[in-house]
Amino acid sequence: MSAIAARRRTLPGFGLTMGLTLTWLSVIILIPLAGLFLKSLELSLEQFWAILSSRRTLNALRISFGLAFGAACVNLVMGSIIVWALVRYRFPGRRIFDAIVDVPFALPTAVAGVALTALFAEKGWLGAPLAALGIKVAFTPLGIFVAMIFIGIPFVVRTVQPVLQDLDPEIEEAAGSLGASRWQTMIRVILPSLAPALLTGLALAFARAVGEYGSVIFIAGNLPNVSEIAPLLIVIRLSEFRYADATAIAAVMLVVSFIVIFAVNRLQRWAQHRDAER
Amino acid sequence: MAMQISDSAMLATSGAKARARAAALENIRTEPAAVRIAIITLAVSFLTIFVVLPLVLVFAQAFSKGFMAYVTALAEPEALAAIKLTLLVAAISVTLNLVFGLVAAWAVAKFEFSGKTFLITLIDLPFSVSPVISGLVFVLLFGAQGYFGGWLRDHDIQILFAVPGIALATTFVTFPFVARALIPLMQEQGTQEEEAAISLGASGLRTFFRVTLPNIKWGLLYGVLLCNARAMGEFGAVSVVSGHIRGETNTMPLLVEILYDEYQFVAAFAIASLLAMLALITLVAKTILERRLDGGEDRDH
Repeated sequence: MSAIAARRRTLPGFGLTMGLTLTWLSVIILIPLAGLFLKSLELSLEQFWAILSSRRTLNALRISFGLAFGAACVNLVMGSIIVWALVRYRFPGRRIFDAIVDVPFALPTAVAGVALTALFAEKGWLGAPLAALGIKVAFTPLGIFVAMIFIGIPFVVRTVQPVLQDLDPEIEEAAGSLGASRWQTMIRVILPSLAPALLTGLALAFARAVGEYGSVIFIAGNLPNVSEIAPLLIVIRLSEFRYADATAIAAVMLVVSFIVIFAVNRLQRWAQHRDAER
Repeated sequence: MAMQISDSAMLATSGAKARARAAALENIRTEPAAVRIAIITLAVSFLTIFVVLPLVLVFAQAFSKGFMAYVTALAEPEALAAIKLTLLVAAISVTLNLVFGLVAAWAVAKFEFSGKTFLITLIDLPFSVSPVISGLVFVLLFGAQGYFGGWLRDHDIQILFAVPGIALATTFVTFPFVARALIPLMQEQGTQEEEAAISLGASGLRTFFRVTLPNIKWGLLYGVLLCNARAMGEFGAVSVVSGHIRGETNTMPLLVEILYDEYQFVAAFAIASLLAMLALITLVAKTILERRLDGGEDRDH
């Protein structure tokens, strides 16, 4: 190990590139984020609590976190189905659908927002038939849910896909030839192997949906306490020059993001550790 | 055990039986036809409803009043100003992140040091921060009540509600793309080729441009492509720092919002269609690049 380290040091530029990396990282990312936490420390605990426990803030946080978690769960189920179809089956258009999974990553969120709104509005292509059934999507919490599902589609698929592709076929064959039914093999053999990737995808989809702004605000209706998401409330407080309120809500959301990052790192370490044992 | 040995001996004598056994094993690994069809149908209809329909709708709406209305909408001075600003901001932030990505990837991938995983987590941070918060942090730094607000006003420097603020917020949001595309690639390639060049007397910079850069060019292009798509399409962060001054600080995504709120649907979707086209071109290029990047190791996938 030390021999490798010594040999690697023969390449030049470590000090320079590392110094530049840390400087640039601090200037663009770390100092601005630290500024937000410093600003929130200027608030007394009572002020902080008064902001967070106001009805409108609580409802915005509840709507963002609740719907994001629901949407991430839908993505978990649908993402598993999509990834299974893409990896295990051959059907016409498979490659195209595989590429299409990435559209929510690549499509600007504002474009997704106006498109989903027009699609699900009362006279829209899907909104009209749904309205006939008595279901209103656009300008209701259900609309937020739809936008969050859209934005989360790639996460579960792209985290699980490589793991399913590399899954050793012999384990399944062994289970099958030892008399396990297909269902038993799925639950007892395949699902545990995919579990870390599935949970990682769930966490990433959740994190993205909680913070999502562009694709949600068009379709949401944005009624305070009903269909107003937390990021929008931050923007509203900023436009009212209520910086303390905006900062407090942002600090809470950032802490949750950090917890999700920590959880994802843990999940990946767990997966690596398990692979190493095998 | 004895059974199995005699079993396999018998099978070895007969190719047909071996093939039958392989087919049986293949059968173990798949589901009944009805289940297969149900899963494919579910996957395809879900993707069609949530992804294909919105995309098609953007173009249908943009051309709903005919081709001339589409072109007229795009030729509006406000639209042209937004397109110009978007290209300028993307050029600034992609260049900054391109240089940073190369520098960071060299430090992270070519050397061993403790805390490497933590450093990568820090580089990844912007991926998990809400776009609105990415804009807010710069308002708190440079806004009238921000930490540097007073100093900036005294020196008459405009950052918020101007190009520098928009470029900063965009750089924040697109920070990880190039570095994250390069780090795994450069780690995989190791350091032997560079070491050979150095030991033959090449300078560090020469080694980088002659040895490293040709090896990572496709990965670099991949990162730049995704970085650019996000930079041109960023909405939340830019919306917070832009101030929405018409014809001056509106990028294309912001103009989509303004036109949409004014019920100018053809114009809104015309701009949106340009952004959607950018996304589609990015995806096609990405798919081609992925095949090229994978090509070396496994041609099966």
